[in-house]
Amino acid sequence: MAADGALSFRHISMTFPDGTRALDDVTFEVSKGEFVTLVGPSGCGKSTVLRIAAGLLSQTSGKVEVDRERLGYVFQDATLLPWRTVAQNVALLAELHSVPAVERRRLVAEAIDLVGLEGFENHYPNALSGGMRMRASLARTLTLKPPVFLFDEPFGAVDEITRARLNEETLALFAQERFAGLFITHSIAEAVFLSTRVLVMSSRPGTIVDSFDVPFSYPRSPELRFDPAFAELSGRVSHALMAGHR
Amino acid sequence: MSAQRAGLAGSVARRVLPPVALGVLLVGVWYFVSYVVLDEARRFLLEPPHEVVAVGFLDAGNFNEMMAGLWSSAKVALLGLVISIVIGVALAVAMSQSKLVERAVFPYAVTVQAIPILAIVPLLGFWFGYRTMPRVVICVIISIFPIIVNTLFGLQSAQRGMHDLFTLHGSSRWVRLRKLMFPASLPALFTGLRIAAGLSVIGAIVGDFFFARGEIGIGQLLLRYANRLQGEQLLASIIVSSALGVAVFLAFGWLQQRITGPWDDTGAG
Repeated sequence: MAADGALSFRHISMTFPDGTRALDDVTFEVSKGEFVTLVGPSGCGKSTVLRIAAGLLSQTSGKVEVDRERLGYVFQDATLLPWRTVAQNVALLAELHSVPAVERRRLVAEAIDLVGLEGFENHYPNALSGGMRMRASLARTLTLKPPVFLFDEPFGAVDEITRARLNEETLALFAQERFAGLFITHSIAEAVFLSTRVLVMSSRPGTIVDSFDVPFSYPRSPELRFDPAFAELSGRVSHALMAGHR
Repeated sequence: MSAQRAGLAGSVARRVLPPVALGVLLVGVWYFVSYVVLDEARRFLLEPPHEVVAVGFLDAGNFNEMMAGLWSSAKVALLGLVISIVIGVALAVAMSQSKLVERAVFPYAVTVQAIPILAIVPLLGFWFGYRTMPRVVICVIISIFPIIVNTLFGLQSAQRGMHDLFTLHGSSRWVRLRKLMFPASLPALFTGLRIAAGLSVIGAIVGDFFFARGEIGIGQLLLRYANRLQGEQLLASIIVSSALGVAVFLAFGWLQQRITGPWDDTGAG
């Protein structure tokens, strides 16, 4: 394990079997209590970073350090199982990790409470809105109490207002649980609003071209989005993104 | 409230009236053919509907004979279907677990589907005799393919993200099959079942034509009535065999609705 790095990438490169070079010498670290966002153009290998972190892909070279025992991973889609109710879906991971039933019920109730889905426990996913499905997906991950939380563009498919709400809720969760977060997005506003640090990736082969510390303290109010300092930082991230887009 | 009720009545009427109207029209055509097209000497070719009802359904002796035949064929169809389900689902599961097995089995599954039943009748008689057994075998042969194909399709239908989720949390093959692939397969599996059930009923009746010893099935009766020029019983038997096929189709549709209806909004209801 790295000193206090909950997740560390050292000189990670990734070439796919078909010869596509996805990542080139990616190095960064996320510590406990840090929320790091990775922004970059589509196809730059952001998701590849996450899949390598989670062990769903093996890097061609370099070293990853992370405790995969209780890794939280929130997918692009909610990936709820349609034949399970909200409560049963939220219980899935605890089930896969053989958590005893009594403990599981407690974790599920707690997680559903945290994301504000009380009253929808017995609904099937097909009866939920996109935002509620994402909340259920978040709750499912929360039952693991993961020290490291990976987010793979989770709010890309919901409308702007729901996205803003989900951002605020994610921040509230972060404030409460203080996990190490790695969040992938291509929305600069989302990145700056959520994170303690923004990493900018270049287009393929992806590599980290710039890093910005976000000085705003938590809890952050939704009003922060209209703050001039917020706009100024977003502008700088945006410039870095364009410079890296070769 | 009353407007609402009128709306409901209207929608029921819109659904029920067209098929009823068409039915009345068809019965009319039937009468027309029986009484106008056919002269009395040839009327046995198509007896009018009320004769079919009177002789085929209201005569207790005839009706009981028909029901006994139908029951016998239904048992054959059901047994064949159950065997098809067991073997077909097992094969589909094996194929879903190994590409090698899938590649090995698939051409033979297609071949079984393509066997002309008539061509293997002598062989089936040679191997299994002429009683119930070969009839069941025919049901299996014609009903197993849709079960294999639909179940396999269903087992492979879970999205990649869901598989990733199970991979991330270290699931065994068995857990993945039980908690992800099998439930995901249910809508397609039921589609296969409905097709297979209908085919199995047809198989039982066709099997009757060739394998006539032992219990008398509805197919045997159809042949006998035709040979004896008993037009009323012949038509009545055709009606009850069709009713069996429809009943089986509806029963599996109902079962599907019960099991996957609450969560599956993609499947045909």
